[in-house]
Amino acid sequence: MSILINKESKIVVQGITGKAGLFHTKQCRDYGARIVAGVTPGKGGIHVEGIPVFDTMEEAVRITGANVSMIFVPPPGAADAILEACASGIELAICITEGVPIKDMVMAKRVVDDSKTLLVGPNCPGVITPGECKVGIMPGYIHKPGKIGVVSRSGTLTYEAVKQLSDAGLGQSTCVGIGGDPIIGMKFIDVLKRFNDDPDTDGVFMIGEIGGGAEEDAAEWIKKNMKKPVAAFIAGVTAPPGKRMGHAGAIITGGKGKAVDKIEALKNAGVLVAQSPTKMGEAMMAAMKAKKKK
Amino acid sequence: MNIHEYQAKEILSNFDIPVPRGRVALTADQVERAAKMMGGTCVVKAQIYAGGRGKAGGVQLVHHPEQAHELAKELFGKRLVTPQTGPEGLKVRRILVEEAVGIAREFYLSITLDRSTSRYCLIASAEGGVDIEETATKSPEKIYKLTIDPYTGLRPYQARKISLALGLNGSLSEDCVNLILNLYRCVLEKDCSLVEINPLVVTRAGWLLAMDAKINFDDNAIFRHWEYHDMMDYSQLDPLEISAGKFDLAYIKLTGNIGCMVNGAGLAMATLDVLKENGGEPANFLDVGGGATREKVAEAFKIILQDKDVKGVFVNIFGGIMRCDVIAQGIIEAASEVQCTLPIVVRMDGSQVEEGKKLLLDSGLNVKCVDFLGAGAETIVQMLAEAKA
Repeated sequence: MSILINKESKIVVQGITGKAGLFHTKQCRDYGARIVAGVTPGKGGIHVEGIPVFDTMEEAVRITGANVSMIFVPPPGAADAILEACASGIELAICITEGVPIKDMVMAKRVVDDSKTLLVGPNCPGVITPGECKVGIMPGYIHKPGKIGVVSRSGTLTYEAVKQLSDAGLGQSTCVGIGGDPIIGMKFIDVLKRFNDDPDTDGVFMIGEIGGGAEEDAAEWIKKNMKKPVAAFIAGVTAPPGKRMGHAGAIITGGKGKAVDKIEALKNAGVLVAQSPTKMGEAMMAAMKAKKKK
Repeated sequence: MNIHEYQAKEILSNFDIPVPRGRVALTADQVERAAKMMGGTCVVKAQIYAGGRGKAGGVQLVHHPEQAHELAKELFGKRLVTPQTGPEGLKVRRILVEEAVGIAREFYLSITLDRSTSRYCLIASAEGGVDIEETATKSPEKIYKLTIDPYTGLRPYQARKISLALGLNGSLSEDCVNLILNLYRCVLEKDCSLVEINPLVVTRAGWLLAMDAKINFDDNAIFRHWEYHDMMDYSQLDPLEISAGKFDLAYIKLTGNIGCMVNGAGLAMATLDVLKENGGEPANFLDVGGGATREKVAEAFKIILQDKDVKGVFVNIFGGIMRCDVIAQGIIEAASEVQCTLPIVVRMDGSQVEEGKKLLLDSGLNVKCVDFLGAGAETIVQMLAEAKA
């Protein structure tokens, strides 16, 4: 078992004929993902790499039975692609696109929350269940099948973490890059819940960074609900205070957002926080050992 | 993206939000003439991309055009240091001259994105002015927040609740309702990530007026607002940050001597953390983007080396599916172009790592290759210490 995607997942790629879309479609298929369809408006009827292309998501889902969408549509049309995915009734949409306007995402998020579709991203590396299925832009070779769930706001820092886990002999059940934008679909808690319920996940590694209050919210949830060991790393401990956005930013988060506060909140929730980004694998190892002793 | 106060007021004015009469000036003579037009008594406001100007002497009331001239001469070219600028301050190149207005009451009003609800949020307080953040922490009950549902938008009855809570009544309350609705219209039409009026005042004559205004545009929406480009004041940005922006690189100058080039913001921050842990001081934050290309790597490298404080460079690229030999070529190309002899440590992961390493080691550059993040940080700190000795 795993969460969100597995070898049965049938994937449709929105924006399949673009340069990035096509490149990563091939990469994902080489990894073992079942890419059953592509969608590019105006190109319905053609095949790319042997994959049928449709004009609309409705058609693609109806004809191929796709249940997961990977979105590579450029920023001006990305939110519309998310809305179209929702309207098609697909189970899961993973939006890789970076640079989606805030206003578009406010509306898209509202629609997603009212629908049965789960959204991961935007501006994220995607989701991978090692050895089974890859829906995203992460390098497959650093991952190993195993029992650690990974959830992260970051992209390349996740690769660093996963590599350290794999090197330490800790394979992964599923790795979810939730994305670093201010508005995203699934948040830390949504993913943690699924790892908590997944019989094949024994522990979770979480990667956060400065800004916002998502890590603090996750810490609170972990304290109350999490049955499995959690280790974490927060990037930006030494970052100088960033360029501030007037007074409103500070008011809205009520002073949240600093790395020290996030680390404190996580420690209070019993999470083992790696002191250095070079010790992420070690921290996870220690958290798993501590659990066994109990 | 940031804009000046006078530009923000121009925009608000286009959305029927009343602002004081004012003129923007580029020379002391222009300031004097504008002051004459205002009748002598006026407010002289330095325009920089930061708040906290009042306490730094950047906003002053003057009573004669000559006095305005004197003050302008002093302000133009001066680096104004406020709690929001950093120690080096920001240079004053434009001054806004505004009519002086008698103030009866001050409020705070803003609309911004609330990450926790993923919606726009209206914030208002009857305790406006410079100490709004203190109010927010010390007496949060004095701050009113309203989350806006994108389905319905901001409704008049909701705006009315806010204006009544601020203690306004009668026609003034209805004026405030309209102002709030216009402010939300501005956020949507102009793709603002923040619009802030602080203070919003009731004048002694009984009118509402936006005395100070701040607008941030959503960087992701620039593609549908051609008018933003002309509003940018490049004198307010670090020259290296400007050249980085042209190549879509996120660059922030820091105070140390180790130049850093990393792909991805999270990994870049983590790299700075590891450098500090090893006793190194990063000279910059630089994110070449998740999928760095050869051109981007080369440009990034050149930008790092333009900083004269840089005595060594640490490159940390977790390319994954990217080819390391291509990245190595980018580094070599840029380093030879600017004849770089500084110590360089490169940590790469991805495909063709060995080919990439070989290219670097054969390039004749003062370069070492490492396999791990920690080892990379240690090595560059060590190389710098040796170079000094």
